Amino acid sequence: MRRMLLRLLFAVALPAVLIALWWLASDGSTNVYWPPLRTILKTFPDVWTGARLKTDVLPSILRLAAGYATAAVVGVALGTVIGSYRRVRAVCEPVLEFLRAVPPPVLVPVIMLFAGIGDTMKIVVIASGCVWPVLLNTVEGVRAVDPVMKETALSYGVTGVARLRTLVLRSASPQIFAGLRQALSIGIILMVISEMFAATDGLGFTIVQFQRSFAIPDMWTGILVLGMLGFLLSVVFQVVERRVLGWYHGLRAAARRTP
Amino acid sequence: MKGLNTALGAAGLAAFLALGEVVPRVGIVKEAYFPPTSRIASAFWDELQDGAFWSALGDTLTGWALGLAIAVGAGIVVGVLLSVVPHLREATASTIEFLRPIPSVALIPLAVLLYGTELRSVLLLVVYASFWQILIQVLYGVQDVDPVAEETARSYGLGTWARVRHVLWPSALPYVMTGVRLAAAVALILTITAELVIGAPGLGATIAVAQTSQAVPEMYALIVVTGLLGLLINVGARTVERRALAWHQSVRGEVAV
Repeated sequence: MRRMLLRLLFAVALPAVLIALWWLASDGSTNVYWPPLRTILKTFPDVWTGARLKTDVLPSILRLAAGYATAAVVGVALGTVIGSYRRVRAVCEPVLEFLRAVPPPVLVPVIMLFAGIGDTMKIVVIASGCVWPVLLNTVEGVRAVDPVMKETALSYGVTGVARLRTLVLRSASPQIFAGLRQALSIGIILMVISEMFAATDGLGFTIVQFQRSFAIPDMWTGILVLGMLGFLLSVVFQVVERRVLGWYHGLRAAARRTP
Repeated sequence: MKGLNTALGAAGLAAFLALGEVVPRVGIVKEAYFPPTSRIASAFWDELQDGAFWSALGDTLTGWALGLAIAVGAGIVVGVLLSVVPHLREATASTIEFLRPIPSVALIPLAVLLYGTELRSVLLLVVYASFWQILIQVLYGVQDVDPVAEETARSYGLGTWARVRHVLWPSALPYVMTGVRLAAAVALILTITAELVIGAPGLGATIAVAQTSQAVPEMYALIVVTGLLGLLINVGARTVERRALAWHQSVRGEVAV
């Protein structure tokens, strides 16, 4: 009990101190760009409750979800194929390396040409940026499947979907999740940027709108919302990962206990 | 075997380029949206003759290198400090976990207000994004220090600084190098993004200009340049990593195979 309290104290102490410092330092601030924290917090409920949740936050999250899911499916599927066949891998590798090296945000202008400025454009932008870490990590993961297990599966006649599900994808899953994690932060970045470029709603659009109309406290609340969104998504991701990779973390912990 | 792979890779690349030439010519996608490879290549060649291109490239590289250097320096110093001073790691864990996932693009409006299109607003984004990559890797690396080595150093009476220098740093270095490699890629992404969205001078801004003025082949040529830049940075970071870790098992193992 005491240990838990102590840990809680450690977790809460610094954030509390920092927020207090921010509050005090900005309290009497007359600088337009750095409004007092009090003003920001007072503005927060006015800006981010009611209609705006539905018109701006929800569309952003839906686009992110759609793009991210597309990238995950395409990345894992293609990655499994490329990772399974050595020849295919050798053919694709230089092209993939190049495509991955292109900074994803420059895709926004290109995809705007093809898909206009609607939701499709944003989903495609998010998907085409997120797909690379997933794809390349899947390739690596599939390549690294233990050869002994491969032989065993073969000799027991485990083939087709069963082989894919119980051997290949399972043993690649730690790598796949590492890719999905990288893809998540790229996805959020692309969501915001695609909305900053050309949009009529969404978080990125609204925040830039605030900035351009010099509604500075509102802009700050937008930054806070983006921060919270990033934090929340990473917490959700961790929970999912712990569930799916529970067997793997358990295995690692056991290996560490018995060196 | 290696020769075959290279040949297959070259074939793949050639097929990719040929596809880029044929698809718009046949009319599967409009040429106005996706110009054939040859036109992109000639636009690329024109860019190379252009002084403005080189100064944009210089601006991008400056933002990237400065941002990365600041992030690496700060990440290492803060990371080592947090791990060496007792309880500091525990006290900061929750704050780091909270700040890390905040997308750096959230800072774009603030950067615009504070610094406009100056280099400083690029640096703000780049440093914020790449700092965490380094810091997290340093913290992981320090955790990985062999307790026996640490105890041995202590019992030989090495002071804090000597232990940091001779025990902690060499064990953490492989992690730090991975962090630098990741941060180098992230820094490039954020540099280009800042230029693209904020309009700070550099390749990103040039792409934005090409897009608004409908100079489609030029836009593609510039995007190819950013890809090549990313590739170069990747290869460079890997080389530096291999040099710096020449003594380390992971690299020596690689060479033997």
